[in-house]
Amino acid sequence: MTQKLVIIGAGMASGRVIEHLRDADPDAYDITLFNAEPRGNYNRIMLSPVLSGDKTYQEIVIHDADWYEENGVTCRFGEKIASVDSAAKTVTAENGDILAYDKLLFGTGSNPFIIPLPGHDLEGVIAYRDLEDTQRMMGLGDGHSAVVIGGGLLGLEAAAGMAARGVDVTVIHIMGHLMERQLDEAAGYLLRRALVDKGITVKCSANSKEILGEDGKVRALLLDDGTEIPCDLLVMAVGIRPNTALAGESGIMVGRGIHVDDQLLTSNEDILAVGECVEHDGALFGLVAPLYEQAKVAAKTLLGEEAKFVQKEVSTKLKVTGCDLFSAGDFAEGENREDIIFRDPARGVYKRLVIENNTLVGAVMYGDTDDGSWFFGLIKDATDISDMRDTLIFGPAYQGGSTMDPLAAVAALPDDAEICGCNGISKAQVVAAINVGAHTLDAVKATSKAASSCGSCAGLVADLLGLTLGDDFRMPEKEVICKCSDMSHDDVRKLIIAKELKSIPQAMQELDWKTSCGCHICRPALNYYMVCAWPGAYEDDGKSRFINERVHANIQKDGTYSVVPRMLGGITTPDELRAIADAADKYNVPTVKVTGGQRIDLLGIKKEDLPAIWYDLGKAGMISGQAYAKGLRTVKTCVGTEHCRFGTQDSTGLGIKIEEAMWGAWSPHKFKLAVSGCPRNCAEATCKDLGIICVDSGYQILVGGAAGLDLRQTELLVQVASEEEAIDVSCAFYQLYREGAQYLHRPYKWIAKVGLDWIKEQIVDDLENRKEKAEKFHYSQKFYQIDPWAERAKQGVDAHEFTPLADFTKVAAE
Amino acid sequence: MSNFIDIGSLTDIPLRGARVVRTHRGDIAVFRTATSEVFALDEYLPGKAGPLSNGIQHDNKVTDPMRNWVFDLTTGEAQGADEGTVATYPIKLEDGRILIAASAVTAVAAE
Ligand code: SRM
Ligand SMILES: Cc1cc2nc3c(=O)[nH]c(=O)nc-3n(C[C@H](O)[C@H](O)[C@H](O)COP(=O)(O)OP(=O)(O)OC[C@H]3O[C@@H](n4cnc5c(N)ncnc54)[C@H](O)[C@@H]3O)c2cc1C
Ligand code: SF4
Ligand code: FES
Repeated sequence: MTQKLVIIGAGMASGRVIEHLRDADPDAYDITLFNAEPRGNYNRIMLSPVLSGDKTYQEIVIHDADWYEENGVTCRFGEKIASVDSAAKTVTAENGDILAYDKLLFGTGSNPFIIPLPGHDLEGVIAYRDLEDTQRMMGLGDGHSAVVIGGGLLGLEAAAGMAARGVDVTVIHIMGHLMERQLDEAAGYLLRRALVDKGITVKCSANSKEILGEDGKVRALLLDDGTEIPCDLLVMAVGIRPNTALAGESGIMVGRGIHVDDQLLTSNEDILAVGECVEHDGALFGLVAPLYEQAKVAAKTLLGEEAKFVQKEVSTKLKVTGCDLFSAGDFAEGENREDIIFRDPARGVYKRLVIENNTLVGAVMYGDTDDGSWFFGLIKDATDISDMRDTLIFGPAYQGGSTMDPLAAVAALPDDAEICGCNGISKAQVVAAINVGAHTLDAVKATSKAASSCGSCAGLVADLLGLTLGDDFRMPEKEVICKCSDMSHDDVRKLIIAKELKSIPQAMQELDWKTSCGCHICRPALNYYMVCAWPGAYEDDGKSRFINERVHANIQKDGTYSVVPRMLGGITTPDELRAIADAADKYNVPTVKVTGGQRIDLLGIKKEDLPAIWYDLGKAGMISGQAYAKGLRTVKTCVGTEHCRFGTQDSTGLGIKIEEAMWGAWSPHKFKLAVSGCPRNCAEATCKDLGIICVDSGYQILVGGAAGLDLRQTELLVQVASEEEAIDVSCAFYQLYREGAQYLHRPYKWIAKVGLDWIKEQIVDDLENRKEKAEKFHYSQKFYQIDPWAERAKQGVDAHEFTPLADFTKVAAE
Repeated sequence: MSNFIDIGSLTDIPLRGARVVRTHRGDIAVFRTATSEVFALDEYLPGKAGPLSNGIQHDNKVTDPMRNWVFDLTTGEAQGADEGTVATYPIKLEDGRILIAASAVTAVAAE
């Protein structure tokens, strides 16, 4: 006997159920199909090609009027079901019609989530779900602008589709990188680069605050940081919620989605549900592959046959031309998990495989996704990959031969990239020298001059020898930055500049990093190298800094912190001392100590109290002494001509001037100075990174001293006549060290490598260059000479560092 | 009875950042990784490591600021040659909120 089946929603999932029913037993059910949209089943996935103009709506229709007629489906499109009476087994349509059913199928899909920002109800704020939304976007063209909130699959398809129509599109994404659910940081970086190449503006880590309107229509999006982005249309693509309202009201069990069992039955034995509206075993669904599996099982259940829905792995591809990416499975790090990473910087390719217990559990690929389905198969089948492990990443076509190439990053450099900064020699010039017979490093030095000065480019020159001569050249051993890379510090620094690398993920991709996101050794080094190379243009990554530099205080063994305010040249005032004393009282500071750097240390302060004590000290005019920084520390001085009978110059005044110029600067390691008023050297200038000894005829500038792990006496760099020159040489020396030394090398280590003579050539003999280096230093200071304490105490920067997320010790006390 | 407790919004912790939750049994560090996964571990491994919320994160690992031990956030185990395990606590993410297993934060006073 034919039974009555009522279906709510003519979507992609319920459409499949109808197909299976009709194939198996056309007479089993008399079907009535309701759909809120004024049309039948179409391929929602292909809305993006419709948007970009590659397809028409007609081409993506799955079931047209003829099909429904041939299959005897009664269509009620443009009509919603208003309520369900599961006891009486009837549904009520919007117009009041009541229909009885034997079986009811929910296929109501999901609703796009709209963030309730102020202005979300303005005209011109839309989601991306159906044909109507698509048509709204298709109404834009040249000269229009649009904002897309959400850098996931849908948002990026919307953005690319509109950009293809000439619309000026900005994507706002709250996370640090695009498609963070499917991609890791490295692949997210490559995707972003491809979108930017298409003319799309991408803002990550951006928080939307308000949608601004005019005459009831959207005008612009306002971000947290005050930026306003004008737009004619604002598309929110921030996620979907299963459409469960009707099901909930009809009394069947609903959690995040409509609860279904393995047979797709809801808590009511006559009601089934399929598609994005369901929740099965805790999981929700947003891609069609599992929905089609559900449809198969639901049809069988309706026909009284045995079947069971099993969740499977899903894979994602983005349908944006030119953005070739693939992700499948689970690629989170884990105890027993290992990564295999392949990067080809020249082609912009990144592949990462995650392996657990000899099976592949996850894969992310960008740029070359041809092998995606093969890897996906290995994941789904849990194939044992131990035998092919070594060559796995090269894919199924691998025949033995190539291996990962440590020279890839250098090979990818353009011919005009500068290899040797000292002598202005390009890659092409080095290669030319090798080609005419310079087959050793020394020969290249002699004929092209590359690597003949500071020597920091020797590693890259060796790479070029290796690339050009192949097996005929024996590569020298390199001291690599850490286990994440095959490159030395020098190579990395040179390439950051040659390739204009301005973010950590970018550097890791372009320089062929072997891990997906580095470690505690390479991240701080990369961060410093970019801070130094691109003042003002690089966004400092505090999360890649050691805790002291991240929270601007020194951590103590018990987890408290110490606070050292700056005291320029060791000079203080009664007011400053009073403020320090008051702060010590107010915050119960257990120890107040005079440091070896001529200033005062307040030790044992609770992390939560830091912003408050900084605020108090700041009111009295004090700023951070950066006693925690790989950067400028102190300038010690003696009393000099002001008071001392032996004094030859104003050593105190000069020290203060230098500290005023240099505070706030970051460097490879800490940088300490001292200025003594005569050779008796009461300020201990001869064991500092840079020391000045005043003499009758001027100022002796001494460099390369240390009194820590190694004890080193300074050497004379130059003697100058005026204070002004002394300051200039000091700044030029600091800049040269900042640009040249490897991370965590004090100046004496760097000098041992490049030679004092080379330094003299650079900034003693070459006055032009001295000026240039000093100017570069002052330029950089424009961006870094900002008191970090004031930023945190008064402007609330990084507030999350200083307060607990939650405090349950107080809860119980109440 | 719900056995998970809301401790805040996902956005209260920046990407690659960490925050502390204070409890009567000691501090718990709650990490949010670059891919927005959230993990909760004891802030200290007594006598050995901590405060872990102050460390540098890389992948699903954190490097202890005091002695450079590296801990796996998923298991709490020290990596490499170092030995020791920090207690981990179940976390759930729901609608942008972070929930922690109630047993992690409730006092053990009743024992
Ligand atoms: C506070 C102070 C000791 C004092 O009470 O006087 C101090 C305290 C620390 N020093 Fe120092 N050093 C202090 C002056 C010195 C001096 C003397 C000087 O600067 O005139 C030296 C030797 C001179 C030199 O640097 O060449 C010195 C050589 C070191 C070293 C070894 C550096 C080296 O390159 O060999 C370290 C370890 C490091 O930096 O890696 C270090 C590291 C440290 C750290 C930051 C250890 C750490 O990483 O946690 C200490 C923080 C202690 C704490 O709990 O807050 N400290 N340290 C001094 C702060 C000066 C200031 O006002 O900023
Ligand atoms: C732009 C875009 C691109 C996509 N790209 C991909 C992709 O590349 N790969 C992929 O796998 N997936 C993709 N998806 C997701 C995929 O389209 C969905 O997973 C799939 O369409 C869900 O099918 P469904 O049948 O559950 O719901 P839907 O197809 O949404 O159908 C539900 C229907 O129910 C109707 N309805 C709701 N309530 C009622 C009611 N009370 N009465 C009557 N009718 C009602 C709705 O109007 C709707 O037409 C994309 C989605 C979009 C929007
Ligand atoms: S260094 Fe010379 S000028 Fe300075 S205090 Fe000592 S003796 Fe006096
Ligand atoms: S950069 Fe080549 S010698 Fe200095």
